[in-house]
Amino acid sequence: MPTPFPTSTASGCSSGRCGSSAGQMAGLTDDVARRVQDHPCYSEEAHHHYARMHVAVAPACNIQCNYCNRKYDCSNESRPGVVSEVLTPVQAVKKTLAVAAAIPQMSVLGIAGPGDALANPERTFAVFRELQKRAPDLKLCLSTNGLMLPEYVEQIVAAKVDHVTITINCIDPEVGTRIYPWIFWNHRRIHGREAAEILIAQQQKGLEMLVARRVLVKVNSVMIPGINDQHLKEVSRVVRAKGAFLHNVMPLISDAAHGTYFGLSGQRGPTPEELQTLQDDCAGDMAMMRHCRQCRADAVGMLGEDRGAEFSIAKVEAMEIDEEAAMAKRLALREAINAELEVKRATRHSAGSQVVTLHRPVKPVGRAVLMAVASQGGGLINQHFGHAREFLVYEASASGVQFKGTRRAAQYCGGEADCGEAEDVLQRTIAALAGCEVVLCSRIGFEPWGSLEAAGIQPNGEHALEPIEEAIEKVWAEMLKSGRLGDTQMSQRRA
Amino acid sequence: MALEIIEGCVNCWACLPLCPNEAIREARPHFEIDPLRCSECVEAYAEPQCAAICPVEGVIVDELGMPLNPPGSLTGIPSVPPPQASLQEGH
Ligand code: SF4
Ligand code: SF4
Repeated sequence: MPTPFPTSTASGCSSGRCGSSAGQMAGLTDDVARRVQDHPCYSEEAHHHYARMHVAVAPACNIQCNYCNRKYDCSNESRPGVVSEVLTPVQAVKKTLAVAAAIPQMSVLGIAGPGDALANPERTFAVFRELQKRAPDLKLCLSTNGLMLPEYVEQIVAAKVDHVTITINCIDPEVGTRIYPWIFWNHRRIHGREAAEILIAQQQKGLEMLVARRVLVKVNSVMIPGINDQHLKEVSRVVRAKGAFLHNVMPLISDAAHGTYFGLSGQRGPTPEELQTLQDDCAGDMAMMRHCRQCRADAVGMLGEDRGAEFSIAKVEAMEIDEEAAMAKRLALREAINAELEVKRATRHSAGSQVVTLHRPVKPVGRAVLMAVASQGGGLINQHFGHAREFLVYEASASGVQFKGTRRAAQYCGGEADCGEAEDVLQRTIAALAGCEVVLCSRIGFEPWGSLEAAGIQPNGEHALEPIEEAIEKVWAEMLKSGRLGDTQMSQRRA
Repeated sequence: MALEIIEGCVNCWACLPLCPNEAIREARPHFEIDPLRCSECVEAYAEPQCAAICPVEGVIVDELGMPLNPPGSLTGIPSVPPPQASLQEGH
């Protein structure tokens, strides 16, 4: 099995915490690697410190996916869906400026829906044009199903869009017929194989055109067991070869209550283990930055749940914003963050790096352990278990700590109201953490503690406010010492 | 000769910019077609544009109340009769 993170002895970064600056960058051109390294979304180091937001200005869609029901928020893609309030371009600009003034960590503005950004080109590009004038420090991004992409590549370049996400679930039309029942194309609704052929051809063409114009392209795929799970390895190979810098595999979220074709036909989503296995297979030698959370961690949510209400359209419209002062504040903060990251990188590469690499035994000692972390940013363990909307999953082993991906907590599916009793939510969160042996959080309630333990997952609140990877190293080392990692003989020798 | 948007429309905006006659209006509880402006797209396109993109079955109907996208035609979801089906049975 290929390792996605070569134990780069040269750089001394075998812990994997160098993230996108080390092994993960394999296969990328220097130019792309440099742009990704400090990217607030894609650098494993930087993303803890920044916030992103999406504005819902693009309501229309031009295709149907079997995992989507236009009546509700889409649970599979990072788009808020039709029930969320749709903003006019003017409102969206004002809201972005308001949030970016109140939350200087805000650094990326995305348009992803609730429909498709490029099925609403006037609205989407109106927002981009205006923000480019009034907040040129913000990076712009958009998500699309790709159908209209070739037509808008020039406008995307002209608007200085920093990165584009294309959702590509297949490159084989046969697979496509099982995912896309129809598309709207040249003033007609097209069904069946022809629809899938057109969509796939447009996606691939758009991808190639963007790469040729040096726009960063990320590819998202929804993993649908029995339909495209095996096929996605091929998708991954092809999109990488064409220059996508990241292929991000997300699990199908399927529930009859969502009223989707997949939900109602009993199509299941993957288990967390199946997802991880596929992600491992797809990673290969490539940039597979698993911390990417499809921007679900939006800026408004960053500082706690309550802040969304502060930025309702009515409130935002009444706000006076000093746009220049706000931008100056953001730039100063970014400089400070970059300086801090520089210092961290420098110490890591210097003599202190033994701490990072931890142990370099002749033979690896102790098995690898998956640990889940509740964090609301800053690279720290700083979230209450019950407040976590997602968990960061790391693998700790003798060769260090490696980020593996995120798992969504149960309350993410369609809002608490849909999710039944608290008990049920907890059980589903526990199911989502399958395979993890430890969950690190700042605090945790009595009841979930018991349930987690019963499920074989050890809750741990002892490392509150500590940097994630250091804490994981400590916990792993303790487990090793106490003989819980199998090979006691070896561990004694190590000690 | 005009189409009509009825209850069930999710106000997704897809149809509005496509109408060659600017017959569609953003409204609540759902979008509306101005019957005086709608030509059912006859001279302009092979298919009525609003009905060709609308993602929701049964919400765009002709003058007889017949849906242009009947249940099952878009999503393939085996049809549970939609609420308005009972009304249409009278026709
Ligand atoms: S049928 Fe054609 S003219 Fe009538 S509302 Fe729909 S798009 Fe407009
Ligand atoms: S496309 Fe259909 S659901 Fe969307 S606004 Fe028009 S009529 Fe309503």
